[in-house]
Amino acid sequence: MARFLQAVTDGILGGAVYALMAAGLTLIFGVMDIINIAQGILVVLAAYLSYALSVHLHIDPLLGLLITVPAMFVLGIAIEWAFMRRLRGRERVAMSLLVSYAVAVIIEGALYQIFGSTPVGYLPSYAVASVHILGFYLPYIYLIGFGLAAVALAAIYLMLYRTKFGRSVRATMQDRVAARLVGINVDRVAALTFGIGVAVTAAGGMVFGATNTFNPDSGYDLISRLLSIVILGGLGSIAGALAAALFMVTAEEIVNIWQPTWATAVYYAVLVIVLLVRPTGLLGKREARAQ
Amino acid sequence: MSSLLHAEAVSKAFGGVQALSGATIDVERGAIAGLIGPNGSGKTTLFNIITGYARADSGKVFLDGKAITNARPERVFGLGIARTFQLTRIFPSMTVLENMLIAGQHKERSSNPLARAGGSASRRHAMELLDFVGIASHAAALAQTLSYGQRKLLELAYVLVADPEILLLDEPAGGVNPSLINTIAGKIRELNAAGKTFLIVEHNMDFVMGLCDPVMVLDYGTVIASGPPEQVRNDPKVLDAYLGTDDEDDEVEDGEEASRAGI
Amino acid sequence: MSGSTVSGGTVSGGTVSAGTVTRLTAIAALLAFAVAFPLVFTNPAVTTDAIYTLIFVAWAAAWNTFSGYSGYLSLGHAVFFGSGAYFTAIATHDWGLTGSQVFWLLPLAGLLGGVIAVPFGLFALRVRRHTFVVITIAVFFIFQLTAYNLAVTGGTSGLLAPTINFATATYNNPFYYIALGIAVGTVLISWLIRRSRFGLQLRAIRDDEDRARGLGVRAMRVKLSAFVFSAVPVAMVGGLWWYFITLVDPSSGFDPLNDVAVALMAFLGGLGTVSGPVLGALIIEPSYLYFQQQVSAGYFFWILYGVLFLVVILVLPRGVIPTAAEWIGNRRDRRRRNGAGAEDRPPATTVTGRAKELA
Repeated sequence: MARFLQAVTDGILGGAVYALMAAGLTLIFGVMDIINIAQGILVVLAAYLSYALSVHLHIDPLLGLLITVPAMFVLGIAIEWAFMRRLRGRERVAMSLLVSYAVAVIIEGALYQIFGSTPVGYLPSYAVASVHILGFYLPYIYLIGFGLAAVALAAIYLMLYRTKFGRSVRATMQDRVAARLVGINVDRVAALTFGIGVAVTAAGGMVFGATNTFNPDSGYDLISRLLSIVILGGLGSIAGALAAALFMVTAEEIVNIWQPTWATAVYYAVLVIVLLVRPTGLLGKREARAQ
Repeated sequence: MSSLLHAEAVSKAFGGVQALSGATIDVERGAIAGLIGPNGSGKTTLFNIITGYARADSGKVFLDGKAITNARPERVFGLGIARTFQLTRIFPSMTVLENMLIAGQHKERSSNPLARAGGSASRRHAMELLDFVGIASHAAALAQTLSYGQRKLLELAYVLVADPEILLLDEPAGGVNPSLINTIAGKIRELNAAGKTFLIVEHNMDFVMGLCDPVMVLDYGTVIASGPPEQVRNDPKVLDAYLGTDDEDDEVEDGEEASRAGI
Repeated sequence: MSGSTVSGGTVSGGTVSAGTVTRLTAIAALLAFAVAFPLVFTNPAVTTDAIYTLIFVAWAAAWNTFSGYSGYLSLGHAVFFGSGAYFTAIATHDWGLTGSQVFWLLPLAGLLGGVIAVPFGLFALRVRRHTFVVITIAVFFIFQLTAYNLAVTGGTSGLLAPTINFATATYNNPFYYIALGIAVGTVLISWLIRRSRFGLQLRAIRDDEDRARGLGVRAMRVKLSAFVFSAVPVAMVGGLWWYFITLVDPSSGFDPLNDVAVALMAFLGGLGTVSGPVLGALIIEPSYLYFQQQVSAGYFFWILYGVLFLVVILVLPRGVIPTAAEWIGNRRDRRRRNGAGAEDRPPATTVTGRAKELA
């Protein structure tokens, strides 16, 4: 029983971080109708950045966020401006998929070139220590990750619902043309949203790198998880991404108790079952018909 | 009953907006019926419900006495109701002729799936219809190269391929130059003389009043008037709907709207 | 591509234009060259590259027959490739097959691919296009994960092929001709489909699925059929590939880069055309192999791949063949209008007429 509760706790704490990264992904989709396949490798890139800062410059990863978050934000804007914006025509969505896949491949290749394929990791002092409460072990790093995710998600929520910019974002999500007509600079909204969606990978990457050894290949596992979470929660719904992430990661932790090798399969099994019943995901934008 | 199409007390809400509330219309066989109303009165919604592109919250739709409420679009189409769209929906990457072939493909009984698209009979029929609307010379052109007016003609042509009993036309004259409007009106009359029934949604008052009988008026989701064009034109309720009531601001706006609508 | 010519408002079916004759001659010449290839270029390194290229020609053509025509981009066809490879490997071991006997497994592998495609398609094709792509990716990872974890698939080390006793000098030839056969067959069926009613329905779905449905097209049935068909050749070349390189493991049998490469090939050549994927594969695969051999160390060609991909998508969004067709058509147009006795043909027809011939 205790192991079960421990698994649930781990799931919630870990799931929050995935929720944050998935929120970025779903936000990008909601505003721009783009599925950013590069999100996974961007997390890995952020992890490498934290790694480089930590190991080579001896900057604490948490402090390093002050550098990595803006860096990833700028990178996101650059990607949107350079590539996503240029896509025109009816095949936009399809092309955006391939374009973001291409960007992912480029980043992955670059990471291999710079860092090689040997897995690396960095363990700040607080990664190994944990808080001991009521018989449960709560590793500091997970608590920090949960805290970061909570803060970031709250910030995103506040941005969306309490700021003028957030209103522009929501308007663009609902109807791009109408938003333009009322004077919203849709291009700027798109660029900034993409930037935000990528910036969250900085936090996720930091936690990911501190809790796993990783190499550029880790991007695939990440993106497949993030995609599953986003589909499960419904493309475009941040709340859905949050719920789905917590659910999936917790489920995986629970299965991990009995059958570690098949734990990742739980992810996909859940996805398959939910989609069979509800093709639009748990909280997705209601789609009238397949198109 | 001689009524070919009958919608009874149809209601539909989108979120907080009640698009239709208890709308009832009746189209007799062989008539060219018109459906008008101010913007937002629910005309296209009603079309969508009749043709299966939207589900009614309540109410019934009958085709020749048979209930077809909430049937799926393909079934409605198979039963003989064809419909055009406000923003012409054609298949842009395919040629004009191919667009026509798609419209007729469900009737082809060739069992070999790899057979050439469109047997010679289908092609001949398609070209005849293209000729009828006057765009036969563009048969091999990609549909996306057609001008707006030509697209409207193409849409008209290919809803005819299926030889439907009743045609629902959604703003057939919208955005089309005056001479083409007359052509379209002429074609409709020709087809009507050959036995086809029409239900037409239009904003162009001259077009509707000159072509349709009866004319039905929707306002805020209900039918407020129905009858011959002259009667409807002078009906105070209809004028009210377009011109508004005592509110001064509304009068200005609706006055503009009425003059745009041609009343 | 309706295959008939239109002149002056009437449709004359069956007229053979000059363009068609040149096209047929070109195809015949190409085929003759392909058949004679290994007999002329006997260097095994060259024929090896040719085999890889043909495998991708088949894959790209098959993929395009589904994704190009219907507009539903699949990034999960590697599922069929890997399944074909693993099936052939397992069957070879279980049934103790040797030498040319293994080749008889390939049709079975294809069948397996089709069988897998049925539930896969039923599941994935119910949703909108974006979600569809993502589902194909998810299913792809499920298969890869399964390959890693099942004992019968040999886990991480994969499955080896038994040594083959073909004559060293002509070792590659059986593989080459089988790959050629699969590739040609796939392209042929792809062409047949495009001009058929089935193809018309697929393309209508790509343009406006709701409208197509409203006109009576059985969308799910059509999409699923195309999906299942596209799986068969991919599974077959997967089996062939295993036997040729004598090893399959989860990361090579289910390699996500392959799906990207195939999509790129189809896009480069022209998505939705018949010859586009072929051209794309003929350009990209040999280039990739060449680069791989030149740049011995490092992951440089990943970056190159990605950059090339971006360039293609952003600069030539419709692909080489449609863009070339339009360019040629425009030139012919200009010449015709400038020359004496210009025909009474609206420009739009000429451009698309030429585009039709090449598409």
